[in-house]
Amino acid sequence: MNLFSQVKTLVYKDVVLEWRSKYAINSILLYVVSTVFVCYQSFKSVDSTVWNTLFWIILLFAAINAMNRSFLQETGNRQLYYYSIVSPKAIILAKIIYNALLMFLLSATAFIVYNLIFKNDIGNLTIYLVSVFLGSLSFATVFTMVAGISAKAGNNSTIMAILSFPVIIPLLIILIKLSHNAVLGATIAVSWGDIGVLLAINVVTIAISLLLFPYLWRD
Amino acid sequence: MKKIWWKILAVLMVAGSIVAGLLGPVPELPILNETIRNVYFHVPMWFTMVFLYLISVIYSIKYLNTNNRNYDLMAVEAVNTGILFCACGLLTGMLWANITWGDPWPNDPKLNGSAIATLMYLAYLVLRNALEEEQKRAKISAIYNIFAFPIMLVLLYILPKMTDSLHPGNGGNSTFGDLDMDNNIRPIFYTAVIGWILIGAWITSLRYRVRLIDDKKNSF
Repeated sequence: MNLFSQVKTLVYKDVVLEWRSKYAINSILLYVVSTVFVCYQSFKSVDSTVWNTLFWIILLFAAINAMNRSFLQETGNRQLYYYSIVSPKAIILAKIIYNALLMFLLSATAFIVYNLIFKNDIGNLTIYLVSVFLGSLSFATVFTMVAGISAKAGNNSTIMAILSFPVIIPLLIILIKLSHNAVLGATIAVSWGDIGVLLAINVVTIAISLLLFPYLWRD
Repeated sequence: MKKIWWKILAVLMVAGSIVAGLLGPVPELPILNETIRNVYFHVPMWFTMVFLYLISVIYSIKYLNTNNRNYDLMAVEAVNTGILFCACGLLTGMLWANITWGDPWPNDPKLNGSAIATLMYLAYLVLRNALEEEQKRAKISAIYNIFAFPIMLVLLYILPKMTDSLHPGNGGNSTFGDLDMDNNIRPIFYTAVIGWILIGAWITSLRYRVRLIDDKKNSF
């Protein structure tokens, strides 16, 4: 099998496994919805800066919780089995794609629920949606690799948090800036710089993950 | 003599830059006044820190390619020394900011960026402590080190340029070199930068050698 079909099979496998149990996806969706409710009950009404920041913080923690699991199933014998039939590049690529799909679903749900409960005017909805899309993509690319590292370090959530927070903060700063501008009604012309930097960081992150994962994988 | 010439050079350069930096002529500028002399001490710290982190990444890559444990020890000692220089850079910066910007910790992207970059390297050290097995520790921490390095560069050099910053050369400000430096400052500044980088390399090599001896003592 070439790389492409390997990736396709692995993503399909992850989706099917998830669909059978629906445990991870339901728990994480419930997590998002209940966090939104907690925030709504405690804040009642907020100004647009807090509204925007709060959304990203909810998404950040939901993403960490979701991604933390990525390598939970892949232990011991199963890892050895994969190692003998597919290339490590296909595994990390498949995980990134699967996590990106999961993040799109997660952030779409979070965005809809958040907007239903917490009403706030968004000046430029298109750019806001672009920033949510790029945000989920960035979370997926960064957290997948960090989850791989933390899985090797005993898979505890503290390690995951301290390793990923410093790495995600620069992305989060740009995302919050971009989406805040969108709330204030910025046009696409103003936002190109931020979108470009986000895409560039994502490309670099994926490239480094592809280079490094083969080393991480081999025990 | 062959091997210590650069250490003597480092001491001479740093000593020279301290004496010339405190006594030499500087341009009189508003707000900055005499604090412009801090450019000889504050800026070289950051140059040295980035240099040491770069060394650390290079040795991490070398480790992944060869599996030689000594490279891993070099990488971790470069990070340890880099954190030391980062602390010195933050301290000198806070002194300077207190006088020129009126606040030791103004909300400036470069300041926050360097603090976050420090968190990243502290996380690297915590990750090392979390792993018991030596080979695994070396390998996984090398991977995290390489993974974090480009993001640190974004944090320190790209992000501050995109937002409003108090630092010269960022957020549309003109660079320090264009505006405030004159020909009396430049030679002393470059001497200080090279001197401190050499001192950083020296500290790292000393720590590395202590580590090697420790390692030899602990192995059976």
